[in-house]
Amino acid sequence: MPVTVEIPKEKWTGSVREVTLGATAEQGGTRAKMVTVGGETTLPFLHFEGKMPNPPAIAIEIQDHYPEDWSPLLKEAWGDALSDPATWAEKAEGYGADIIMLKLRGADNEGNQTTPQEAAATVEKVLAATGLPLIVRGPGQAELDNELLVAVAEAAKGERIVLGLCEDKNYRTIVAAALAHSQLVISSTPMDVNLSKQLVILISDMALPLNRILMDPTTGALGYGIEYGYSVMERLRIAALTGDAMTQQPMICFVGEESWRQKESKAGEGVPEAWGDWAKRGVTWEAMTATTLLQSGADIVTLRHPETVGIVKGFIVKLMAGS
Amino acid sequence: MALSGLEIYKLLPKTNCKECGFPTCLAFAMKLAAKQAELVACPYVSEEAKAALAAAAAPPIRLITISSNGKKIEVGNETVMFRHEKTFYHEPGLLVRVKDTQPLEEFEAIVTRAASYSVERVGMELSVSGLAVENASGDPTLFTECIESLRAIAKLPLVLMSKNPAAMEAAVTKLKGAVPLLYAADKDNWQAMAEVAKKHKLPLAVREGGGLTALANLVEQVKGAGVEDIVLDPGARGPVDSLISLTQLRRLALKKNFRLLGYPIITFPGEGAASEAEEAALAAQHIAKYSGFVVFDHFDPATMYSLLTLRLNIYTDPQKPIQMEPGVYEFGEPTVDSPLLTTTNFSLTYFSVAGELESAGIPSWLLVCDSEGMSVLTGWAAGNFDAEVIAKMVKQFNVANKIAHRKIVIPGLVAVISGELEDELSGWEVRVGPREAVDIPAYLKLWQS
Repeated sequence: MPVTVEIPKEKWTGSVREVTLGATAEQGGTRAKMVTVGGETTLPFLHFEGKMPNPPAIAIEIQDHYPEDWSPLLKEAWGDALSDPATWAEKAEGYGADIIMLKLRGADNEGNQTTPQEAAATVEKVLAATGLPLIVRGPGQAELDNELLVAVAEAAKGERIVLGLCEDKNYRTIVAAALAHSQLVISSTPMDVNLSKQLVILISDMALPLNRILMDPTTGALGYGIEYGYSVMERLRIAALTGDAMTQQPMICFVGEESWRQKESKAGEGVPEAWGDWAKRGVTWEAMTATTLLQSGADIVTLRHPETVGIVKGFIVKLMAGS
Repeated sequence: MALSGLEIYKLLPKTNCKECGFPTCLAFAMKLAAKQAELVACPYVSEEAKAALAAAAAPPIRLITISSNGKKIEVGNETVMFRHEKTFYHEPGLLVRVKDTQPLEEFEAIVTRAASYSVERVGMELSVSGLAVENASGDPTLFTECIESLRAIAKLPLVLMSKNPAAMEAAVTKLKGAVPLLYAADKDNWQAMAEVAKKHKLPLAVREGGGLTALANLVEQVKGAGVEDIVLDPGARGPVDSLISLTQLRRLALKKNFRLLGYPIITFPGEGAASEAEEAALAAQHIAKYSGFVVFDHFDPATMYSLLTLRLNIYTDPQKPIQMEPGVYEFGEPTVDSPLLTTTNFSLTYFSVAGELESAGIPSWLLVCDSEGMSVLTGWAAGNFDAEVIAKMVKQFNVANKIAHRKIVIPGLVAVISGELEDELSGWEVRVGPREAVDIPAYLKLWQS
C-alpha cells in the first residue's frame, strides 16, 4: 500500500501591510515609477501556501558628498560618480536599482556642516536626475537629522519620499514633517521585537497612517551579528502573519552600510590568505548578507556595490518564480 | 515526537500494581513523560507498548554520521523550524565535489586546496567538512583509482557519487577507515544500491525528483531492504524549488512526525545556479534553510570563508551569546606606560578589537567589561556597559596597579559616557577612541601617555 504525503500548509491569519514609495504625476509627484513592497500572506517565497504580491526591492545607497571613508573597492566601482549625487543616482538607476537611498553625511569633506538649504538642493537635484522613488536618511545626529529632514520633506513635497531614521528618542519632528508633506518614514529600533512594535505604535499615534511606515529592525552584517537581525526579523514576520497589527510593516535592511564597514570588505592587505580574493570577498559579503536577510523577511535591501545589485536581483527573480 | 503522560498511560497495563514504585499507572506514565522514570521498571508492559514508546522517543530527523580518520560530519536530529525557537544543532557539512573525468592534475589540485583550507574566526578553526567524488565517467575502475589518489592526499569524510552499484561496491571495498555516504539510490537502481549499503553498513542517499510522495515511497522500499541510515535528495535544484521542498520536508518531519521523510537532506547548489555567485547565494540559503550536506562545484577561498562564517552565525545558539571572561587582557608585552582600552565581553566585539590590537604592533592593555555578553551599543542601551559598570571593572581588576598613567580609552560609540566616567573614576582621564575596531591601529599610533 503506497503512502501518500500530504503537504502541510500554514494557515496564517495576518498579512504584511503594503507600502508604496514614490508618486507619479497622477499621484501628484514626478516619479517615473512607484514601488510597492509588502503584502505577503506567508513566509518569504513559500508561494505554495500564500501570496507574495510584490518582489523585495533593491535600493542603491548614494551620499551627498564624496564618501572618503568608503572601501577602495566601492570607489573603484563607481569612479567619479561618487562626487556628484545626481550622476551617482543616474548611474545607480542604470545598474538596476528599484529605489535610490540618499544618505546625508551631515558635513562636507572640509568639515562644514550641511545646511537645510543644501540638503534640500541635493534632494531636488537627485529627484531631477532619476525617476525612481527616493529614501533620504539623515546623518544620524538627532538635532541635525531633524533640521535637514524637515527641509528635505518640504523640498520633495508630493513625491512620497521616505524619511529616516525615526528612533525612540527622536521621531516626533520627522513624523511631523512626513505628515505635513505627505511623506513616509522609517521606524528604526535595535534588534528587538517589542521595541520595534512599540515605536510603530508611537508613530501611528501621531496619526501617520500605517501604510506610510517602514520598519528597520537593525541589520547585522555577515559575521557581525547577522544572526540576531535574522532571528528578530523571523519573529517579527511570524508575528505579522499571526495577526499582530503593529508588526505588519515591510522591513528595510541597510545591508550595504553594515557589510562594507567590516574588515572583510574594507581591508585588502594584512589579512589572512584564507580570506581569498579581496574584490570577490567584498561583493560576496554584501550579497550573502542581503540574500540571507531576504530569507528572513526583508522587503527592501539597500546595497552599495553595483555587482552585488546584479547578483541579488537575479536571485530575487528566481525566488519569485511561481509566485 | 514525545508522547504526553496520558498517551503513555493508554499503553500501560492500567492495573496499578505499584511494582514500578509508583502508586498508580497514571503516576508512572507522568514520570515517564517527564523522563524521570524508565519503562523497564514496569514488569508487565506489552511488546507493542515498548515499540510504540521507543518509536516516539526517536528523534524526528534521524542523526546521520559520515566519517574518516577521526573526522566526521554529523547531521540531523534537528527539533525546530526557526533558530529562535530553540537552536539549530548540527551544522551542515560543506563539501567540495570532484569528478573522475577531470584531468588527474586538476583533480588533485582541487582536493589539495579544499582539504588544506583552514581559516580562523572568533577563536575557532573553520575548514571544509568533506569531499564528494563523482563517478561521472561511469567506469568503476577509474572511479576507484580516483578515490585512491584522493585518499593519498586527503582523509576527509566522503560522499561517493555513482549511478552504478558495481562501481559503488568496488569503491567501498577499497575504502578502509571511513564511513562515506553513498549517493544515490534512485527508482532504477535502489535494490542493488540498498544491498551495497546494507552489506557495508553505510548511509545511503535516496534521490527522487518526482514529488515528496514518490520520494517517501522510494524511502519505504529502501528501508524495507534493510537500510536504516538514509539521506534525502528531493531533486529540487533552483532557489525557490529547493526552498519549498526543504521547508516541506522539515515540516513533515517535525510537525507531522512523518518517519519516512525524517532524514537529513543533501543539496547541490552548483546544479541549480547559473553562475558561481549564484551558487554561493543558493548555498547560503541551504545553510539557513534546512540542508544537511551542501556539495559545491567550485572551491574558492573568499566564498568558502563567507559560507563558513554564515554557518557559524546561523548555528550559534541564540539563547547563549558567546561571552568572554571579563578581565584585563594583554597584547604584545605591555608595560606600565602602554595604552589601556576598554570594551565589552561580547565575543564578536572582543575578537574584532583583539584582532586589531594584535596587528597594531603596539603593546596594549584591554579591559574587557562584563556587559552580559552584549555589544557596545546594545550593552550601553541596556545599562550593562555604562560609566558605572566600567568604573566597577576598573576597580575589580585592579587596573590601577598595572599602569602608571591614568588614561582609559572608551569605544567611540559610547562617547556620551566620557563625562560620567570621569566623575566615577576620579583622577582618571577618559579618552574617546574610534567607533570601529578597524581604526584602532591608526588611533594607537597617535596615542601618547
